[in-house]
Amino acid sequence: MEKTQNNKAWFLVLPVLVLVAFSAVLPLMTVVNYAVNDTFGNNAFFWAGLEWFEEMVTSNRLHEALGRQILFSVIILLIQVPLGIFIALNMPKNGFWASFCLVLMALPLLIPFNVVGTIWQIFGRVDIGLLGHTLKNLGVDYNYTNDPLDAWITVVVMDVWHWTSLVALLCYAGLQSIPQAYYQAARIDQATRWSVFRYIELPKMKGVLLIAVLLRFMDSFMIYTEPFVVTGGGPGNSTTFLSIDLAKMATGQFDLGPAAAFSIMYFLVILLISWVFYTVMTNLDREENR
Amino acid sequence: MSRITLSNLAHSYLANPTSDADFALKEMDHVWEDGGAYALLGASGCGKTTLLNIISGLVRPSQGRVLFGDRDVTDAETTERNIAQVFQFPVVYDTMTVRDNLAFPLRNRGMDAAYIGKRVEQIAKMIGMEDRLNRKARGLTADAKQKISLGRGMVREDVNAILFDEPLTVIDPHMKWELRTQLKDLHREFGHTMIYVTHDQTEALTFAQKVVVMHEGRVVQMGTPEELFETPAHTFVGYFIGSPGMNLLDAEVTGSEARLQGVQVALGAAYGPTTGRTQIGIRPDYVTISDEGLPVTVLRVEDVGRHRIVRAEFQGQPLNAILPEGMSVPADPRVAFAHGKINVYANDWRVAPMGT
Repeated sequence: MEKTQNNKAWFLVLPVLVLVAFSAVLPLMTVVNYAVNDTFGNNAFFWAGLEWFEEMVTSNRLHEALGRQILFSVIILLIQVPLGIFIALNMPKNGFWASFCLVLMALPLLIPFNVVGTIWQIFGRVDIGLLGHTLKNLGVDYNYTNDPLDAWITVVVMDVWHWTSLVALLCYAGLQSIPQAYYQAARIDQATRWSVFRYIELPKMKGVLLIAVLLRFMDSFMIYTEPFVVTGGGPGNSTTFLSIDLAKMATGQFDLGPAAAFSIMYFLVILLISWVFYTVMTNLDREENR
Repeated sequence: MSRITLSNLAHSYLANPTSDADFALKEMDHVWEDGGAYALLGASGCGKTTLLNIISGLVRPSQGRVLFGDRDVTDAETTERNIAQVFQFPVVYDTMTVRDNLAFPLRNRGMDAAYIGKRVEQIAKMIGMEDRLNRKARGLTADAKQKISLGRGMVREDVNAILFDEPLTVIDPHMKWELRTQLKDLHREFGHTMIYVTHDQTEALTFAQKVVVMHEGRVVQMGTPEELFETPAHTFVGYFIGSPGMNLLDAEVTGSEARLQGVQVALGAAYGPTTGRTQIGIRPDYVTISDEGLPVTVLRVEDVGRHRIVRAEFQGQPLNAILPEGMSVPADPRVAFAHGKINVYANDWRVAPMGT
């Protein structure tokens, strides 16, 4: 029997299309609208062309925020990835303690972002916070509200606390997929601990590790809530990352034009970097399967 | 290279073994002579792999000592023992090339690059993979992978022993034959102690000088293929070796005669009094069918090519006989046992005739 062609099935996709258009595409277009127009309210728009984009691209304020953002992402990746691998390697492989560790590791991931922020905001306070107060009594000059370095340390440690488990859990899953026979063969072949890691564990973790890096990069590059709650971008502008700056510009100063142009570029940068990651990942895969 | 001694060894996978049945390996004393080629034969689950893993140090025995020469290695790590082991299923490091796989054990020992290069070429030639040295080990067929595993096992010249754990299970039949021959050549050339685990008797008998038969966690017999065939020390050996296995018939033994429910059979040697369940064992190869001897009922005749196997019954007990080509089963079939080929068993263990 010949199959009848029926393209009407495409109509079944329509509800989703409408929903996505309503919730994602149209709002995004609004942003585009703001980015190329100037407005003084009352729905009156004046064509601005690429003016806002030019202003943003040459803006020092944005350059600085971008610099801080990149520095932040690099630092947390450099800490979380090795630390996550290290934790995964040392987690028990089975039995009660394995489940216990898994639950323990999953806990920080379940806490809402601004609760994490609040926890650390209070934890680090010199007057009532356990950490801040203890440090003060130990004679350490720590104050995240005054000192940019202390603020950075607090924000970085908080992110490490919140997200390292994600890397660890992903790596752990990768490690669990390695059959015992490989470890036995490596012992027979007199491999050192480093060789076992380099030639057996790392190759098996590579897939999940790339996903972990991608996720952590995207998340950290878009980070907003936690540093906003803890430092509010301060002291001064020292912890003002891109999205905090964006929010200040859009909802604090009502510079909707520049903020919209900023958002679009921000979005494109993340898209670009994610695309680079994705391409590298798939290329590595292809090379290996050759 | 050195002699491997297992002294008072036993192993249980349980933390607190209580009865004999809890032990995967029952207490044993065993010596593997330096440079011997041994086959370790037994049914699946009889403890062969456990024994190998204890020798290589992957498993620590619950009791007893393992000695390499005079050195006690019971608590030594696998890496310190300098021993090679090839597993039943191939293990290759699939992100490495075939060459790097073969070189891995040598690199770990810190050998110099020129030697490694030369040695890897040699081994590659032996396993027939010279043309594929530079490709990634990933995506090869199972038997190619197993050849790499074998190659990795043989690449070190100074190992104390090479252990093979049913290494040819995944290999093509014709390749199997070739690889086994190469292993024998290798043994002749380098004189490594080799222990070859298998449950295939042909493999065991063609590979080894000495065959060790294990049954339910015990070494029941060690001997040359001929000894295993002629004088099995345990009914399991009689049953497991030979095709079909040894015939076992319940009997009462007095002096040099056995009484099989009223029928007298001459044993060819005198035996002392036996205790427990007494049986006589006779290989089907030594049973002749004619019109003289014990009356049997023939159930069926199987043609296996070179000869035929007669499946018969004697007083309700199975009895097999080999019928040479050209012979036929008489109308009133009777069997006779070749002189001096009968073994006597009490409680499954062979009873030695008096005066030996």
